[in-house]
Amino acid sequence: MSSTVTDSIRALLAEHARLGVDVASLSDTDDLYTAGMTSHASVTVMLACEDEWDVEFPQQMLKKSTFASIANIRAALAELEVEGATA
Amino acid sequence: MSILSAPGTTDPAVLRDAVALAHRIGKETAAVHAADVDREGRFPKETVDAFRAERLLGALVPTELGGLGHDVRTTAAIVRTVARYCASSAMILAMHHIQVASLVRHGRSDALRDYARRVAAEQLLLASATTEVGIGGNTRNSSCYVERVGDAGPGQTFRVTKQAPVISYGQYADAIFTTARRAEESPASDQVLAVCESAAVHLTPLSGWDTMGFRGTCSLGFTLEATGDAALIHDDSFGDISAQTMLPVAHLLWGSLWLGLAEEASWRAQRFVQKAARKNPGQTPPASARLAALMVTRQEFAASVDSMMTRYEQIQDDPEELGSIDFMVAINTLKISASTEVVDVVNQALLICGIQGYREDTEFSLGRLLRDAHGAAVMVNNDRIAGNTAQLALMQREF
Repeated sequence: MSSTVTDSIRALLAEHARLGVDVASLSDTDDLYTAGMTSHASVTVMLACEDEWDVEFPQQMLKKSTFASIANIRAALAELEVEGATA
Repeated sequence: MSILSAPGTTDPAVLRDAVALAHRIGKETAAVHAADVDREGRFPKETVDAFRAERLLGALVPTELGGLGHDVRTTAAIVRTVARYCASSAMILAMHHIQVASLVRHGRSDALRDYARRVAAEQLLLASATTEVGIGGNTRNSSCYVERVGDAGPGQTFRVTKQAPVISYGQYADAIFTTARRAEESPASDQVLAVCESAAVHLTPLSGWDTMGFRGTCSLGFTLEATGDAALIHDDSFGDISAQTMLPVAHLLWGSLWLGLAEEASWRAQRFVQKAARKNPGQTPPASARLAALMVTRQEFAASVDSMMTRYEQIQDDPEELGSIDFMVAINTLKISASTEVVDVVNQALLICGIQGYREDTEFSLGRLLRDAHGAAVMVNNDRIAGNTAQLALMQREF
């Protein structure tokens, strides 16, 4: 199941993160900001995640590190009890 | 006391002395040359020399590195005071301090610590090249990149070429802090901040600086070609330096500068009303009501700058808090409100002083102040900042 959430995250990133590289070339732990995601794009990624899983990231999770990698995003979704996000 | 001092620890005596010193430099030097600096659009060399003579270019350098060890509040008070006499001189001092703050807070390597020591000892003037032609004014993107020459480690050098639409006082600076992509293959947002010492910098002018205001900042565009010691590239990424230090310190120092400019306009209006009152004792001058309204704006303006300063002091050593949505919204909003209020105050002062303020040859002249005030909204355009704030607002949460 967890791979499904990861795949969805990857699809969202491909659409919204405006990375300088192909998402497929990144590992789950690669730094997305280093890969070219701007803080602006990270907002779009956040909004897309909220829409996809019908969740709202609470204040304390709204920091740069939450969206720094695919693994971090999945961990955040797990914390929000998104089904299948727990590794 | 230093840039890293805890909130509320500014020594009142240090602050008082700093403001008194700024008034002295303002009266004796900055005010004397301000009109000529403005008319000719020339670098205010006399005032910058006066800053150097008082060791003020090392104000934010900690005492253990040979600086004055001032905190941001004290630095802002000096900028605010100098702005009453010559806004261009105050802007140069503010921009210099923004670079020094980045250096002392993010330059942890021996080479960068040594450079901070030199800034204080040699009173080096620091400029910056953070925007780039073709990038559309967004400092968080670069197209140019740092090319490292030689093996990593001691002796490695770097090379960078940048088309900068604006480098304020670039040709008068001892170093230009330059943003560039980390390496040729890095994405536009993966930037570093490199210290480019002027001895190894070649500047070719791209554009002049014949502007409405802040004419003394000599903010020409240049093609910058620089080489340097790779150890003088900041340790932290520019993204972190920008969010944690450059942006908050810039908005606090600029806000303080515009406040000083507004206070000068306000005092000219107040002196004008007082003079009118003395001519007709017992009769309230017609502009009195306007003066009272102006003082409302002025007080709100001062309070908002002061409250953001306090907030910054409380979290200045907490990268997480500095990067929080709430703080970024607040510090962006300060820039927008301060840059709007400064024009508002000068406009109100002009209505009070009337023709005496409109004339260029009276003690109440407001022409230069109004022209300088209008620079506030266009330097880092308010519309761009409002766009960023609106985006952040999408993420802000109630609590």
